[in-house]
This record gives sequence, C-alpha cells and structure tokens, in this order.
Amino acid sequence: MLRIIDVYGELLLKAMGQTLLLALCGLFFACILGLIFGLMSVVKNRPCNIIARIFVDAIRGVPMIVLAYFIYFGVPYLLNTIMKIGGVTLTALQAGTACLALNCGAYMAEIIRAGIESVDKGQMEAARSLGMPYWRSMYRVVLPQAIRTMIPSIINQFIITLKDTSILSVIGFPELVNTAKNVLANTFMSFQTWAIVAVMYLVIIQTLSVLAKHLERRLKHGL
Amino acid sequence: MDSKNVKIHVSHLKKNFGKLEVLRDISNDITEGEVVVVIGPSGSGKSTFLRCLNRLEDITSGEVVVDGVNIADKKADINKVRENVGMVFQHFNLFNNMNVLRNLTLAPVDLGKMSKADAQKQAMKLLERVGLADKAQAFPSQLSGGQKQRVAIARALAMNPDIMLFDEPTSALDPEMVGEVLEVMKELAREGMTMVVVTHEMGFAREVADRVIFMDGGYILEEGTPEEVFGNPQNPRTKDFLNKVL
Repeated sequence: MLRIIDVYGELLLKAMGQTLLLALCGLFFACILGLIFGLMSVVKNRPCNIIARIFVDAIRGVPMIVLAYFIYFGVPYLLNTIMKIGGVTLTALQAGTACLALNCGAYMAEIIRAGIESVDKGQMEAARSLGMPYWRSMYRVVLPQAIRTMIPSIINQFIITLKDTSILSVIGFPELVNTAKNVLANTFMSFQTWAIVAVMYLVIIQTLSVLAKHLERRLKHGL
Repeated sequence: MDSKNVKIHVSHLKKNFGKLEVLRDISNDITEGEVVVVIGPSGSGKSTFLRCLNRLEDITSGEVVVDGVNIADKKADINKVRENVGMVFQHFNLFNNMNVLRNLTLAPVDLGKMSKADAQKQAMKLLERVGLADKAQAFPSQLSGGQKQRVAIARALAMNPDIMLFDEPTSALDPEMVGEVLEVMKELAREGMTMVVVTHEMGFAREVADRVIFMDGGYILEEGTPEEVFGNPQNPRTKDFLNKVL
C-alpha cells in the first residue's frame, strides 16, 4: 500500500482535487436550478408549477449514468449529426457539471419546495397584509425560516452529489474513481487501491459533515 | 351616516372556493371611525368576508372599495391598499425569525415609509401602548399568547393604518389572556379607529360595537346596534344562534 501512495499519491490527490472541482461546479449550478425550480413549484401560477413538476419528475426518473451518457454523447450527436449544426463539443467537465447540476438541482428543488411549504402560510399572509409584495415577503420572512428546516436535507444532498461524481468516471472525467482504475491497470493491487480511494472519500465527506454540523448549530441560534 | 366618510364599500360580494359558495351576496358600507363586529356560527363565511376586505382571499365577483380603490379589480395596487389596512390574525402570525422590535419595524422600513431610527422610536411607543416595551428584544417563541397578540396589534399599527381588521383575535388564547387583548382593542376603538372585528366575544360586541352584523350561510342575515341585535333579534337564525352562545 505504501508503494502505491509513494508512486501514485500525487496523482490520486490531483484526482481528488478534480472530484472536488466537479462537485463544486455541479453544486453551484444545482443550487441555482434548485432555487429556481423550487420557487416555481410554490408560486401561485399553474404553468410555473407544471414546468417545475415536469423537470423534477423527468430528472428523478432517469438514472444519473444514463443522464451522463445522454449529455456527453447524445447531445453533441443530436446537434452535430442530426441537426447538422456542427462543431459542438463538450468537455467531460462541462458535461459532468451539467449532469450533476440537473440531477442534484431536481432534488434541491424538492427540498426547497418542502422547506417553503413547511413554513406556516400565516407568515406570508401577515407580511402581505402589511403591504409587503410577494417576493419581498418571501425573501424577508418565509425563506429565512424555510432555510433552517432545509439545512440538514441540503447537506445530505451535497454529500450524495459529491459521491455521485464517481459515476462521471464513465464519461472519462479524471476524478478519483477513474484515476484509481488507471492506477489499478498498472499495479493490479485492487485491495490497496480501492482502500485508499475509499479513505479519501471518507475524509472529504467527514470534513464536509463536520463543517455542516457547525453551520447548522450556528443557524439555529442566529438568523 | 351619510355625512360620514365611507371607508369600505362592499357590494354584491361573492366568493367561491371551487364549487363551494362561501359568500353569496354581501353588501355593506363601513364608515370612518365605526366599529363593526361580525358574529355568526362557524362556516358562516365571516372570516372569509373579513379576508376579502384586504384581498387575502381572491374575490370571485362583486365590488370591494377600500379608500376609493376597488380591490376586486385585479389591476388595483393591492399592496398600497394593504399599507393602510392593518390585520390581526387568530394565530398571531408573528414573524418567528425576528425579535419583537424587528416584527414592528420590518414593513415600515422595508417599504420605505420611515427610517430605521424613526421606525424603532415609533415601535417602542407602540409597545409601550400595549404594555410590552420590556419585550422589545424578545423572540415570539418567548411570549405568551396574549403577549403575542398584543405585539401583533402593535405590528399592524406600525404602518399607521386607518382601518384595522381582526380575525377572531382571542379565539386561540387561554381564557385568562383574553382580557388583556380586548383591553387594547377597546382602547383603539375609543381613539376612533375604523375596525371590523370577527369574534365570538359577545361581551366585547355589546360593549364596543357601533354595529353588529350577523352572518350565516354566506349572507348577512341581520345587522344593527348591539341593543337591537342582542336585545331584540328579528331573524330566527339570529335568535337561535344567540340562544346557544349567550
């Protein structure tokens, strides 16, 4: 095991960096998508509700590995070969980010919807009765209370998304699992390699969990 | 009554929830400084009627004119109208994520009605008026029901409204806390605030109301001074209701 760390340690650390980069890119856009579709599902507007519903159901109904293949291979094929637009290429990072953002975004939308719905509707009514516009009331009164109940689920979703980056090894993104496969191809030491990879994931996720707990505690008192 | 200003003019108001007709045909004028108490059995539509007066419920048809603006019209600037119409809810609905002082200053500051300093000064005056100046820094979860409701009244007053709507303000309170809330409301009535109060507190209605409205089945069945309605009810449904609650 020491030999692997000695020879491939740097490579694996770099791969861990790539995993984190991919996860961060994915989560960033997932938060935006989640917020947009989450809010679209709570506003009093049928078309918005329906669009949000379709988005969430479609993404949740497709395995992420299929989504990854679809975005990385399917979309450029559609544009280049079928629609003859040509010259469209996606890097593995772009496709991976899109894939994570869509997948995690759908779940985030559900978390945000549930969080907002968990706030008593009297809170919105009270704010509106004072003459505050809908979005002002949402921003000042409802969302701050919703976020508190959403935090544990959001952290959970972040962790799932971080682990889901491993699925994107199938489109050749040089993250941990993909890199580990290359190491394995050279060394044939599967126990040691996968043990190291497992520990690396564990360390990242534990760090994230501790940070999250800390944040959760602080939000409980503050806000 | 004609010489007085009509603050709220309601004509042929109808409200449906799906197929259920909650308000069938309501017409009424509420004049400046008048205290109107709405009574009636559960499900009679009295809360819905009140909530139509600031369009917390969408209006199915008819007219509700508040300060000259027909709020049944979808194009009406409802936020502007609501600034002038305070509302107090059965379940208080204080903003749980803010302390008492912030509850009172949020809307006036956010809507640019006054500076933060002025809003805080006014908030402290209002809290003093409802006897809760010492709770300015407390959070809603630290208050009793009666205290919450008094803060809620102060919060509504912080926008300096001309009209106050009360939706069963004492129904969620422990009996010993009802008095303190009614006291604040009586004070407001004495000062000449235009008030519409939905309540089951018949004592309050008798003592404070200028006019009592009895509603049932989505209609106003009877209205008049407290003496008329309580002393000599005309409609059999009113008689029946009063027999049960008095």
